[in-house]
Amino acid sequence: MTVRVQEADFDLGAELAALRAGDTRIGALASFVGLVRDLNDGSAVSEMTLEHYPGMTEKALEAIVVEAKTRWDIYGTLVIHRVGPLKPCDQIVLVAVTSAHRGEAFAACEFIMDYLKTRAPFWKREATPDGARWVDARESDDSAATRWQQ
Amino acid sequence: MSIKVLYFAGLREEFGCAGESVDLPDGVANVAALRDHLVANGRGALATAKNLRCAVNQEMASADAVLKAGDEVAFFPPVTGG
Repeated sequence: MTVRVQEADFDLGAELAALRAGDTRIGALASFVGLVRDLNDGSAVSEMTLEHYPGMTEKALEAIVVEAKTRWDIYGTLVIHRVGPLKPCDQIVLVAVTSAHRGEAFAACEFIMDYLKTRAPFWKREATPDGARWVDARESDDSAATRWQQ
Repeated sequence: MSIKVLYFAGLREEFGCAGESVDLPDGVANVAALRDHLVANGRGALATAKNLRCAVNQEMASADAVLKAGDEVAFFPPVTGG
């Protein structure tokens, strides 16, 4: 289990190669990459800044991964979340999961991402033509996380 | 009893302050009471914030979470990472 919070960008290919290197049990690697869009709630976004709660962020992400490991038979996990200033097209987050078969890897990857959206202490501030604004949480994110509790 | 209080995102910006040490008067023993105490002492945005969240010692906590000396209590809006 690896969790990293960093300002630097990440090399997707290198990260995925490292996650599965040498492990012959792995038959599936599922990954998700979140990106900065140039439009949110009808406004053009020229830049975004991600703030977080150092210490709690890492603990929250680790707890989410531990929960995923109790639910699915998965091998390796990698979560990288960037903080600081970002621009449209930049990578924000990577979640990757390995397992023997695709079903477990897909499900665990989606679960980690859904829980991250509602439980990990990150906050986005967007620069728009009308000035900077803090992004509001979405109800759809809450319902995406809640469905795993059923 | 003294605790550490942290603010994030819009709250930090509004208060111009990322954190402060707070001496709790007698009777202020949980998160809800702490919030009322802070509101009465110049942190009014904690009363009006929509869906205010709280963490005690870096774990999400509810309004009735009990506080003890040395705790780290954070107030923040709903998270928007990912």
